[in-house]
Amino acid sequence: MSTKGPQVTVTVQRGGPEGPGRKQQFQVPAYGSQTVLDVVSWIQQNADPTLTYRFACRVGMCGSCAMMVNGVPRWTCRTHVSKVLQDGAMELAPLRSLPVIKDLAADMDPFFDKWVSAEALHHPTASRDDPIAPIDPDAPERVTASAGIECINCAVCYAACDTVANNPDYLGPAALQRAWTLYNDSRDGAHGAILDAVTGTGGCQSCHSMGSCTAYCPNGLDPLSAIAGLKRAATRRFFGKGKG
Amino acid sequence: MSEFHLYMAQRLSALVMAPFVLVHIGVMIYAIQGGLSAAEILGRTQGSVFWFLFYGMFVVAVSIHAAIGLRTILSEWAGLRGSALNITALAIGAILFAMGAQAVYAVTATGAA
Ligand code: HEM
Ligand code: SF4
Ligand code: SF4
Ligand code: FES
Repeated sequence: MSTKGPQVTVTVQRGGPEGPGRKQQFQVPAYGSQTVLDVVSWIQQNADPTLTYRFACRVGMCGSCAMMVNGVPRWTCRTHVSKVLQDGAMELAPLRSLPVIKDLAADMDPFFDKWVSAEALHHPTASRDDPIAPIDPDAPERVTASAGIECINCAVCYAACDTVANNPDYLGPAALQRAWTLYNDSRDGAHGAILDAVTGTGGCQSCHSMGSCTAYCPNGLDPLSAIAGLKRAATRRFFGKGKG
Repeated sequence: MSEFHLYMAQRLSALVMAPFVLVHIGVMIYAIQGGLSAAEILGRTQGSVFWFLFYGMFVVAVSIHAAIGLRTILSEWAGLRGSALNITALAIGAILFAMGAQAVYAVTATGAA
């Protein structure tokens, strides 16, 4: 293991489902344009092959590599080390508010279960035998729906949200944002069921509009505004107006 | 009552309180100019149906609003759930209402002057 040249001091939170274990320190050689994921891979390949983490695409598409970096949730494959170093060091931990499978790999099951609970699934109105429905990309509802479709399910917003951390029932920003997208999608056939789901226990009314989701989403999405849209739609329905 | 209905009740009670707060502060600033004694205040409020309804509705709205708000905080910060949470919130609402109602009664309903 080379100790020449500039180094980065990396502290890694090890552990498993039973809870956080020890914190381990590594000296990792620093390179130009190095990402946090590069650092984790270097440790696993050169220092400790038992370190568990997860990634797939390495280009910000798949949403599998998110971790806490110096206490902040980030997509590690597209986060440059130079941007996050604090006094030449950084601390890595699994995503907040999710169970841990091992070390840096969080268990995403609760996150995706909540997508299902939020009815954040497509409810088809046509089959493959029907003609393809024309969609006007500039229609206002479509523009609202399109605002949220680039979500990569990375759970960065989920880990950033204090309401998720304090309210185990809360569906969370990503699931609610997808529900809002589908609510505005003319091809979705269950707008009422979506509103029912997002006004149930832990629904959109639990959000305190603090906006950490929007501040930390690596794709620049805005779950805060999507949830505000759900609150408005649910309020309109409460007064007997609007759809759903 | 579902969480969403509590949410609506909290927003609606906030909507009721907002003008009350403004009128309350506005009238206070106007009324105390040139000094004002307790006897003078009571002279204007006691027996007044208007101030009885004004502060009576204010007290009802605050009791609802604050009980729901503190219910949320107790759940998120103290981890209270289920009936422990609901009974505590109801008790807070009842105490606020009792205290407020006593004050409204004393200031507006007694000894019409
Ligand atoms: C005109 C006056 C008031 C207005 C417009 C107002 C408005 C609001 C709103 C919109 C919320 C929701 C915040 C959220 O869910 O994120 C809230 C929460 C809350 N309010 Fe008020 N409020 C007022 C007065 C009061 C008073 C007098 C109390 C008395 C104790 C109070 C106690 C609370 C509490 C404890 C919460 C819970 C915080 C939370 O759920 O995040 N509020 N208020
Ligand atoms: S705005 Fe709502 S969803 Fe986003 S971080 Fe705040 S509480 Fe969570
Ligand atoms: S909204 Fe943003 S932060 Fe949240 S899961 Fe989707 S891409 Fe990730
Ligand atoms: S590895 Fe796919 S988003 Fe980071």
